[in-house]
Amino acid sequence: MIGFLLRRIAWGALVVWLVATLVFVVYFAVPRDVARLIAGRQASEETLAVVRARLGLDQPILVQYGRFIGRLVHGDLGESFITQESVVSIVARDIPVSASLALGGSVLWLLMGVGAGVVAAARPRSRTDRSITAGALFFYSMPTFLVGQLLLFFLFFQLYRAGFEFFPPGSYVPFTESPLQWARFLILPWFTIALVTGAAYARLTRGAMLDALGEDYIRTARSKGLPEWRVVLLHALRSSLTPVVTQFGIDLGTLMGGAIVTEVVFGLPGLGREVVQAILKQDLPVIIGVTILSSALVVAANLLVDVCQSLLDPRVRAN
Amino acid sequence: MTAAVLVQLRDVVKEFPVQSRAAFGGRSERLQAVAGVSLELRRGETLGLVGESGCGKSTLARCVVRLLDPNAGQVLFDGHDISTASHAELGPYRRRMQMIFQDPYGSLNPRRRVGSIIGDPFEIHGIGPAGERRRKVQDLMALVGLNPEHYNRFPADFSGGQRQRIGIARAIALRPELIVCDEPVSALDVSIQAQILNLLDELQGELGLTYLFISHDLSVVRHVSDRVAVMYLGRIAEVAPSAALYERARHPYTRALLSAVPAFDPDERRAHTSVLLTGDPPSPLDPPRGCRFHPRCPRAQSRCAAEEPQLIPRAGDGPEHTTACHFPLADGETLSTDAARSVTA
Amino acid sequence: MSAVPRIRGRGPWELAFERLRRDRAAIASVITILFALVVALAAPMLAQLTGHSPIEQFTETGLSPTGIPVGPGREFWLGTDGLGRDVLVRIAYGTRISLLVGVLASGLAVLIGAIVGIAAGWHGGAVDTFLSRFMDVVLSLPFLVLALALAALVGPGLGVSIFLIAFFSWASVGRIVRAEARAIREREYVQAARALGAGSARIMFIEILPVVSATVIVYATLLIPSSIAFEATLSFLGLGVPPPTPTWGNMLTDAMAYYKVAWWLLLFPGAALLGITYAFNVLGDSVRDALDPRHDQTIGAAGGGVG
Repeated sequence: MIGFLLRRIAWGALVVWLVATLVFVVYFAVPRDVARLIAGRQASEETLAVVRARLGLDQPILVQYGRFIGRLVHGDLGESFITQESVVSIVARDIPVSASLALGGSVLWLLMGVGAGVVAAARPRSRTDRSITAGALFFYSMPTFLVGQLLLFFLFFQLYRAGFEFFPPGSYVPFTESPLQWARFLILPWFTIALVTGAAYARLTRGAMLDALGEDYIRTARSKGLPEWRVVLLHALRSSLTPVVTQFGIDLGTLMGGAIVTEVVFGLPGLGREVVQAILKQDLPVIIGVTILSSALVVAANLLVDVCQSLLDPRVRAN
Repeated sequence: MTAAVLVQLRDVVKEFPVQSRAAFGGRSERLQAVAGVSLELRRGETLGLVGESGCGKSTLARCVVRLLDPNAGQVLFDGHDISTASHAELGPYRRRMQMIFQDPYGSLNPRRRVGSIIGDPFEIHGIGPAGERRRKVQDLMALVGLNPEHYNRFPADFSGGQRQRIGIARAIALRPELIVCDEPVSALDVSIQAQILNLLDELQGELGLTYLFISHDLSVVRHVSDRVAVMYLGRIAEVAPSAALYERARHPYTRALLSAVPAFDPDERRAHTSVLLTGDPPSPLDPPRGCRFHPRCPRAQSRCAAEEPQLIPRAGDGPEHTTACHFPLADGETLSTDAARSVTA
Repeated sequence: MSAVPRIRGRGPWELAFERLRRDRAAIASVITILFALVVALAAPMLAQLTGHSPIEQFTETGLSPTGIPVGPGREFWLGTDGLGRDVLVRIAYGTRISLLVGVLASGLAVLIGAIVGIAAGWHGGAVDTFLSRFMDVVLSLPFLVLALALAALVGPGLGVSIFLIAFFSWASVGRIVRAEARAIREREYVQAARALGAGSARIMFIEILPVVSATVIVYATLLIPSSIAFEATLSFLGLGVPPPTPTWGNMLTDAMAYYKVAWWLLLFPGAALLGITYAFNVLGDSVRDALDPRHDQTIGAAGGGVG
């Protein structure tokens, strides 16, 4: 067990390192004038020279890389080119937003997705099943940003025109300040994420449940006279949850790194929006910092999922 | 007069690594499927190889045609050592020896047309222009009793027996000298079995083939073989000409196997004594010391647990009949002691 | 041989096609896709018909005196956008980009995925370990962030979009194909081919590939809508095909600014995007059912869902 854990942690660290190196190579090793980016197009040669010296850009590439990794290991992600603010503090400011979004959205999508999947699988080929399947496919097909925009249009704007400003976009209130306001600004984003991801989970759950319901042990349970709801919920669902749990871990990890599109559509100041703006402005330290962080979060989530799975199923460990 | 030897196996060993299960505490981490087998196969004969499931006969078969690489020992084909030959070196030998498989549903690629499958040997070895290949394939189909017009059909369109015929056609395409038949009729209905066995017999005569015929079914093997080898847990227990084996089996295991074959003749049945072996078949992961059969053998004595018996002629037999047993059954002796329950059928 | 008619067996492909033909949802989706194809091909004709090119700005007729886009009417059938451009014509041209990127990115992804998967599954050993690890790493990468960063770095464009989408999609195909190839390797017909002396290349191409091709085709079909969605997302964030080329994604970016006063900017491109992805997803599900009616798993394609 310990060996397994160590191997997975080592593998995860390797992946994060690879992502960091990839980002470094892409941004610093590819010949381009980083100094000019910072100093601006009109900068004079002297200014450029000063910038280069300050950032250590005149050093050989390997030295720069070494310093980069060194600082990374110490948790120093540098400063924003634009605002000079420490990347770590930027991230610390943005994480609560992304985390709120991720947690609320994930609870919703689990309830909606798994719930819909179970209901659909309990009555296969019925009208309920077919409409759920079609609905799931409908939301599954849409890119997330479109769902967000449609929700904005129909649930915010139309209501607003009628005089009810229920779910305005564009702002974030920390939970500690006012839970009600916190939720109010997050409801539409939560549903945006939940509808799209929930649709995928509905499909996943439905498929796994149909497989489980076809098994012999379910037939035995039914023939023993157990009420249908027990058969479905207690027996079939339990074994269907494995792929759902696996997927959930991965999705949650990804989301914690910033639901980029949702944050952009709703103007939420989270990691996702931060990184998009940084990319458009070529603010390299922020880009690099957030990228590495989100990669680390996905790796951590995968690791957690693997550990849970191996606790449940010893065969995974031997693999 | 013994014919020329086509295949010689010398102390062939084949092992497989297995996951050691910590909870089990098993000694070995390598499973010896074939634990030192020496056999010879003579030109033109059919050598039957029988044993229970898991005794290693399929593994041995695959070692002969080099689908598996032996861990130790030698495989000689026509005098040449092919045990460690590379893929390139094996090329010319591949044309001379072929294999027929047990599962008529698994041995043909379901997504390929039958004509293409049979034509594989020609394509692989670069024989003949395409037009001529097609004609050859159709000739082969006719030879094995298939309708050549079904050239473009898929395996799913054929019955089990017909699919075996397709496999046979593929195997004889390049006129090999040796064909290893790995339980070729075990998955077929009894009536079809007879047809396929007859086909194999005809082809042997027409094409001068040598067969290594593997089966767990003794009655089938008796019908087709000139000589029979009995395998138990990775080793050969007994080798003899067919008639001698069935009438005068010396090894207790062979006797037990033979007694399990149902007798259809009522007279035979009355005289029939079944020997039931006690104990579970041991696992190949942890084989018994000495003679591998001794834990289940009604005749076992202390020597059997200590010393492994050699495969040599015993009890006055000639060189053709070899047995690996310290206490082989004499002529006319029946197998029964208190340790084994004798049941008169 | 006498002149007897050649009998052709109905192979697995023909049977699958028959099943597909009878699936009404599949027919409907194919019709939708064909309609989109026609629109894409006929976009220049549409421009001529209406007299509006996709990039021409009609500040006189296309914008109200206060500079707000004009709604659907006789002049502009689907209205105009913030710069007075014809929405209908732009949607038509946007169809070209979406279909092109969708099909090419998906095709490239399954091509790479199939090759790598078959090679890893067949060879096993060090090759398999290396390729599997490689796929695991690619799958661990945060795809949207990296795609955006790379697009910004290299400069967004059509080819860049296709390549990036393919790069982040091929590994999930590769993993599935690898698993299948490994299973097929143990089948007896592959053993038979080895016994005949077939080399690795022949076995991979002639024995394994036909069997995995069903899975590959399903994936190819299902990756198209996720590629289209991915491209739309890139465009929406400003890192897809650069303006003034119209894409549904960048039209929807405009919609963000104007949706309160110009609903047509949101709903028409949105409907087009939704319609096409939905049609391809339905088709993909039907293809999967046709190729293996017993199959009832769900396949998750890269780029769909989260974020």
